Amino acid sequence: MARNARGRWLVVAIPYFWLLALFLAPFLIVFKISLSQDAIAQPPYFPTFDLSEGWDVFREAFGELSFENYGYVLSWDNEFLEAYGSSLWIAGISTLLLLMAGYPIAYAMARAPKSIRPTLLMLVILPFWTSFLIRVYAWIGILSPEGLLNQLLIALGIISPDAPLQILATDWAVYIGIVYSYLPFMILPLYSALEKMDDTLLEAAADLGCTPIAAFWKITWPLSLPGVFAGCLLCFIPAVGEFVIPDLLGGSDTLMIGKVLWTEFSVNRSWTVSSAVAVLLLLVLVVPIVFYQNVQAREVEAR
Amino acid sequence: MRKGLSWFNVSSIVLGFAFLYIPILLLVIYSFNASRLVTVWAGFSVEWYFKLFQNQQLLDAAWVTLRVAFLSASVATVLGTLAAITLTRYGRFHGRMLFSGMIYAPLVMPEVITGLSLLLLFVAVGFDRGFWTITLAHITFTMCFVSVVVQSRLVTFDRSLEEAALDLGCTPFKTFFVITLPIILPAVISGWMLAFTLSLDDLVIASFTTGPGATTLPMRIYSQVRLGVTPEINAACTILIAIVTVVVIFASIMTKRQEVERERAERLAAAEA
Repeated sequence: MARNARGRWLVVAIPYFWLLALFLAPFLIVFKISLSQDAIAQPPYFPTFDLSEGWDVFREAFGELSFENYGYVLSWDNEFLEAYGSSLWIAGISTLLLLMAGYPIAYAMARAPKSIRPTLLMLVILPFWTSFLIRVYAWIGILSPEGLLNQLLIALGIISPDAPLQILATDWAVYIGIVYSYLPFMILPLYSALEKMDDTLLEAAADLGCTPIAAFWKITWPLSLPGVFAGCLLCFIPAVGEFVIPDLLGGSDTLMIGKVLWTEFSVNRSWTVSSAVAVLLLLVLVVPIVFYQNVQAREVEAR
Repeated sequence: MRKGLSWFNVSSIVLGFAFLYIPILLLVIYSFNASRLVTVWAGFSVEWYFKLFQNQQLLDAAWVTLRVAFLSASVATVLGTLAAITLTRYGRFHGRMLFSGMIYAPLVMPEVITGLSLLLLFVAVGFDRGFWTITLAHITFTMCFVSVVVQSRLVTFDRSLEEAALDLGCTPFKTFFVITLPIILPAVISGWMLAFTLSLDDLVIASFTTGPGATTLPMRIYSQVRLGVTPEINAACTILIAIVTVVVIFASIMTKRQEVERERAERLAAAEA
């Protein structure tokens, strides 16, 4: 049995230590660098901790850590706070739109004949396998002022050629981009919740004189809530930190924190401020992430 | 209560799929456009595909991307499967909460945070950035997806088969390879494919963790897209879409067939046992 115990230990230890080293440890480093200051050096921040120079130097380095970057990020003079707010707002609106678009689709899929359900499911998943970047890129050609949507609307005589719809480079383009790219993530958890539902409940409700709409709100909706939560969180959390969509589809005044972090890092080259932005973003997202984990864990245990 | 699909159900499916597929379809159609202007149709042409295959930068980037994706997906599949076994078979152990947290958090973690934190780790330990740092980063975030896919299979299958093998004197190691792995193989394969496409697709994490000399295809496409829409990129995208579509359809048919066979074998074995 001793060998079994060791084998068992290895199965746990290998992925465990991998994640400790490459997922958890990096966060501690981000936190440490968020307390450091920018320097023109390699690496571009100080203090750096180096035990080879002796204990005193090490301790001194500790004294140089400060919360200055957080003061900078949290000051109203800079656009960071606004960016956090508008990211949450954009992600929230997008999640609502996703739920409104995804629910009817998932519902219809769950009601479809059993024989075609796997095909429908594959059709939902298939676009997800094609590159995210490509799917966002596709919308540039559609939404631009001389793009295909405007061409169609002009051909139909709905809008005049002189005043094309200005959608690209607005927040609306970002909503469309997020809804489009995240839709499978909303549909799949909704579908798996709705599919499990017992149809006889609805029949019983109908027999007892419930209208279909009342039956939906009294039975279907409450039973699908786990799927609703899972889908919304699965879309909302990554959407808050989204970078590609606001960068390619949004305008210069579309303020999202993922884009701000990227700019701070790659254009302004301030590693310390971008670390502080990342730590604060993580703090904002901790509650939904923990909530999401609970939903997931319950889902696994329920089976 | 009427059974089956109402007009409302049908129209939501039709509209939903139209919304999902029309943009991709338009992208493919316009990759065959003779005009350089992407939005003006000027006749059929495959010119851009020829141009594409003369674009050495793009081809180099594609090669880097494929190697990263293959390597990272393979390692991630092993790690993710181990993690899935840990979470479904080992009950409660010290640090389980932390472990499952570290498995689920990367699924929803904004990419900018993952990317930045990994970059700062590589800088802190003095790792040269390039091919290997992208691969390590990709292993880390894709193994969590693999783990979730494999877990969903592990929790549904009949555990008495494993117990029977153990009772008959099989070592846990052998039991895994003879009983467990063949049964969960379809899930492991789809986990690998998911990891492969996620890696193929990733722009943000790769951009953070890359170094000189290692430019991936999404990074190359992104830098060209920022300059504007070009038919050449449409052509590159169309090829990627074609490859992915063929692979996914083929794989789903394969796993479907395998799963049917496995289930039958599983039932037979259970009946005999």
